Amino acid sequence: MHTKPAIQIAGLTKSYGEQSVLRGVDLTVARGSIHALLGSNGAGKTTTIRILSTLLTADGGTAQIDGHDVATSPAEVRGAISLTGQFAAVDEILTGRENLILVAQLRRLADPGQIADDLLARFDLTDAAGKRVAAYSGGMRRRLDIAMSLIGEPPVLFLDEPTTGLDPQSRIEVWKTIKELAGRGMTILLTTQYLDEAEQLADRISILHEGSIIADGTLAELKALFPPAEVTYVEKQPSLEDIFLAIIGHTSPSTIRPTATTTTTTTAQKA
Amino acid sequence: MTTHVISNSTVLFSRSLRHILRSPDTIITTAVTPIAMLLLFTYVLGGAIDVGGGSYVNYLLPGILLITIASGIAYTAFRLFTDVSTGLFERFQSMPIARSSLLWGHVLTSVVANLVSLALVIGVALIMGFRSGAGVLAWLAVLGLLVLFTLALTWLAVIPGLTAKSVDGVSGFSYPLIFLPFISSAFVPTAGMPGPVRWFAEHQPVTPIVNTLRNLLAEQPVGNDGWIAVAWSVGLLVVAYALAMRTYRSKIA
Repeated sequence: MHTKPAIQIAGLTKSYGEQSVLRGVDLTVARGSIHALLGSNGAGKTTTIRILSTLLTADGGTAQIDGHDVATSPAEVRGAISLTGQFAAVDEILTGRENLILVAQLRRLADPGQIADDLLARFDLTDAAGKRVAAYSGGMRRRLDIAMSLIGEPPVLFLDEPTTGLDPQSRIEVWKTIKELAGRGMTILLTTQYLDEAEQLADRISILHEGSIIADGTLAELKALFPPAEVTYVEKQPSLEDIFLAIIGHTSPSTIRPTATTTTTTTAQKA
Repeated sequence: MTTHVISNSTVLFSRSLRHILRSPDTIITTAVTPIAMLLLFTYVLGGAIDVGGGSYVNYLLPGILLITIASGIAYTAFRLFTDVSTGLFERFQSMPIARSSLLWGHVLTSVVANLVSLALVIGVALIMGFRSGAGVLAWLAVLGLLVLFTLALTWLAVIPGLTAKSVDGVSGFSYPLIFLPFISSAFVPTAGMPGPVRWFAEHQPVTPIVNTLRNLLAEQPVGNDGWIAVAWSVGLLVVAYALAMRTYRSKIA
């Protein structure tokens, strides 16, 4: 069982009427890794995630999560996954703590209150625990959203564009959280349209373009596919993000991001 | 799995009850329009309406109760729509829980919320002079019929709740239901209506339900209307449930 990859997809297709969204997606995600599905809007990222989380049925092809087929054993798949969708799916009328308790109760776990308190502490939400979520900031909502996904400790986590719409500071917080989760052995499939996010977080990257995977590999492998890096010397100017974070008194993102002293000129591959 | 349905539904039911407790205005708003109609018809128009003896409040109340339910279920549709549009619905659907509990939680909440609104309206009617000598059994029959009608309309409300694209679309569907009692025996006896209108009024579900409620409360024999009222309600419930489940399944696929 544990020798099987966490996620295995072969020849997945889906169309809406005439429009074909997925044209045969193949993907394998190793257990305990972070895999980024990179693509622009409309590439089919969300459709893929929705099929994997049993919210949508594929027209053709197969997909297995933790050895369970999404089409034939959806209930087992749902037991093995958690979905964090494109928009933070939280109950605004309830408090943060009540949201966590709700999920724990639905999963029929013992001591939902304790589970909620532990997650609130871990996600730095203890102070806001008793506030209604309607009053939360975007970053806090996202952290609560991810915390809700961790209840019951499912082995596979889907993160659909986890940082879209977040301010830079919240974005770095979410990145930190994702890295920490993978450190605990969780398998994470995340979709993103930001190149730097994939570069920062992912062990492997797949590029989804117009419904199929056109490139797949580690960052180093992907780099090797293209003409060698051309070394040019440029003065390193602080980016607006560095300036913003310095002014508001947060640590510069350069602590978790490589300093760009070289620029790599490559010709973008057109499919 | 059955125990999961019950346990999951209970959790989701208490969640949406909490929503109502935190915004009790939904129950008050539900009751305000029917109460306004009750006042308007009793004190302004009622004097000109001949219902053949007896107080007009007593005559009017059953129809007003149905209007209360019709406006109450708009909030059920709205609460479901909110879950769908915020993505909470998808979160729940991707979890290892009984999927039907997502709908049952809202349906049970709808019944409770409507019963509270109905109690408010009946309270106002009592102040206005509504009186009934009906016994416990008759009141239980009234309650049963109102719950049955609420369930039927609630399952109907599930459909726009799941499919609507905007908030306006969600609430819009309830307007025809609110106006249906006007073309029935709810406000005036059908006998005075012109031919085709009268035919419609006497063959639509509101008339037998209103007549049954009225006779139960007035300690009069219910007659055939009772069976017709139950048949309409159960029939509506079955059709609405089937359509709602079909909509739900097509949303999942």
